[in-house]
Amino acid sequence: MRLKGIRIEHKKNTAERKPVRMEIPETVIVPMQMHIGKAAEIIVKKGDTVKVGQLIGKAADGLSADIHSSVSGKVAKTDEITASDSTKVACVVITSDGKQETDETIAPPVVNNFESFIAAVKKSGAVGLGGAGFPSFVKLNVNDLTKIKYVIINAAECEPYITSDTRTMIDKAEFVFKGIAAIRKYMNVRRFIIGIENNKREAIEVMKKYAADDKDVKIKVLPSQYPQGSEKVLVLNTINKIIPRGGLPLDVGAVVINVTTLAFIAEYLETGMPLVEKCVTVDGTAVKEPKNIIAPIGTSIRELFEAAGGLKCEPSKVIYGGPMMGIAVPSLDEPVLKNTNAVIAMDEKEAALPKTTPCIGCGACTMNCPLRLDPRAIAKAYKLNDKESLKLLCVDICMECGCCSYVCPANQPLVQTNKLAKRKAASLNSKPSA
Amino acid sequence: MSKLILNVSPHISGKRTTQKIMLDVIIALMPAAVASVIIFGWRSLLVIGVCVCTCAASEFLFEKLCKRENTVYDLSAVVTGILLAFNLPVSIPIWQAVFGSITAIIVVKQLFGGIGQNFANPAITARIIMMTAFSGSMTAWTSPQTSDAVSSATPLAAASKNITDSMPSYTDLLLGNHSGCIGETCALALIAGGIYLIIKRVISWQTPAAFIATVAVMSLICGRDVIYQLLSGGLLLGAVFMATDYATTPPTPFGKAVFGIGCGIVTILIRFWGNLPEGVSFSILLMNILTPYISKITRSKPLTGGAEA
Ligand code: SF4
Ligand code: SF4
Repeated sequence: MRLKGIRIEHKKNTAERKPVRMEIPETVIVPMQMHIGKAAEIIVKKGDTVKVGQLIGKAADGLSADIHSSVSGKVAKTDEITASDSTKVACVVITSDGKQETDETIAPPVVNNFESFIAAVKKSGAVGLGGAGFPSFVKLNVNDLTKIKYVIINAAECEPYITSDTRTMIDKAEFVFKGIAAIRKYMNVRRFIIGIENNKREAIEVMKKYAADDKDVKIKVLPSQYPQGSEKVLVLNTINKIIPRGGLPLDVGAVVINVTTLAFIAEYLETGMPLVEKCVTVDGTAVKEPKNIIAPIGTSIRELFEAAGGLKCEPSKVIYGGPMMGIAVPSLDEPVLKNTNAVIAMDEKEAALPKTTPCIGCGACTMNCPLRLDPRAIAKAYKLNDKESLKLLCVDICMECGCCSYVCPANQPLVQTNKLAKRKAASLNSKPSA
Repeated sequence: MSKLILNVSPHISGKRTTQKIMLDVIIALMPAAVASVIIFGWRSLLVIGVCVCTCAASEFLFEKLCKRENTVYDLSAVVTGILLAFNLPVSIPIWQAVFGSITAIIVVKQLFGGIGQNFANPAITARIIMMTAFSGSMTAWTSPQTSDAVSSATPLAAASKNITDSMPSYTDLLLGNHSGCIGETCALALIAGGIYLIIKRVISWQTPAAFIATVAVMSLICGRDVIYQLLSGGLLLGAVFMATDYATTPPTPFGKAVFGIGCGIVTILIRFWGNLPEGVSFSILLMNILTPYISKITRSKPLTGGAEA
């Protein structure tokens, strides 16, 4: 079985351009929550001098991640910002001294077994860089390593515009394979599959060249169909297994890791420099010179656009990530986060969505849902407050990929309804049944 | 600085809209409309025009009256108008065509909540109501190229009575040169429209294929002339344009196939053993009523990996 997706315009305008390092901004705003889980705890105070790579936010217990300074300079203040999901997040504002001095304690970690490998990944501050932001050390810290049959390296990069993973494969191929070697050594995995959409010819070539010397690695070229890079779809299309409802890839013997995350971990093992900068695709109809920019984490989106030649016009919408699943940001003061792989600025025309009209019952939504859900029935059940039906319709497995909304000729807000319906269905589980 | 738009993803949308879909259906209906003018003369254009205008006006006025959002622009009422006209004899009195159009839009479509909410195809249901109410003028078949409504038998009626000498040749059936409703006679034009809609992915091939194949197989089993059963009567018009209506038919390919087979069986039952010579409209209406159940049974199973919640 192969899961089909939808065909959308690729717009990979920046795939051929080598990323450029931007100038260090005067100030950076580093939020303590750039990952799934608990926020990190600020361990610096106003007036402290910090250097590049210095720990400024200590991971909370459990699911969390360390956060490091991306510049050298002084802590201007500790503050709160409103994150894109309108929750308040603590942050550290640092004024750069422009010297980019490295923290003295930075040295390659000593890794000689699984435990020290996981400890190093934790210290690196790595999170899912494909956008998910899931702390990597938690993902890799598998209790029973024999359960892992495959490591699937997610290099599908199926969203329009985004090319930062493509550039990782071209510019940091060496580290991708060093990452594979590390996982093989410390996690005892023998089978690696790199899943790449077929529209990334150069990246595929480079990966194939490296894989020629490593018989454990298979390059799986996938059709360019959105959402090829979503975990469920990728796992099915690479190892032909369906992740069970509410389960993890590990339930079918797989660990899925984003290609940029993997390359970063390998780089960290070599240098000891934690995650302090990010390659971000800056594109969209409002951007003058679309390109990939290596930006210190905490750089404001405004400055990121300036590094891309500025904006052609007042943008109507700015999003973190790609246009299918990205998050619209409220202002250009929002910072670049660890898991920001792209920032897209849309002009008025691109941002305009067709008007919502009545559902015509065409069934396009359900026919294009990769997971074969029925968003029309879900919307109906949601309106009727019918939680039992929502459960039967499996709304909980919806991955919010947006295919249904994209194809709907009536432009019904299906993803939005699904999000709400998920919550409603979940509230059924939490309440004791009468 | 102006405010940035904040909404839930996705931030882009496919190009297809309801209006564009309906426009494609109208385009697909055009060959048959042109053919009808050639076959039956200018009066067919008059009937089509009256039905389209009445449908659009009824929709507009009803929505105004009920303070509903105006949906005339989506062109679905225009499609209903053309389809209804296609299902009428060219000699139909104008006031009856007006009555039918109003019934289709207001009773069958709007009273059930408007586009997407109706359970039965408006044009088909209105036609059936008209056949009951005006049985005389609804079966006054006009021979091609003559304007007076003489009762000339449709090929199907002839076939069912085995009056072989009054049956048109296969070529005439393909070209539509025989008596029948305005838009149902020219098989070539309808097939062209169907192919256009399938290529444009407006309809899926499963419904017409299942419908037509069922009729063919059953005619063969019953020892009837298969070509006659396929090309005459409202089969092609029904299978391509009315059994593929979105709201009133199942969404999945399997559901569509079940729907089409059901239509085929009922059509044959009525044609061969019923009192009426034609059964396409009734079969579609009947299957429309069964659609919610078919949809439920044939709904695709979500990919849960077999796990229960
Ligand atoms: S229902 Fe969910 S999983 Fe299916 S297409 Fe819509 S957003 Fe994607
Ligand atoms: S795609 Fe849109 S119009 Fe079609 S059935 Fe789904 S919600 Fe309705």
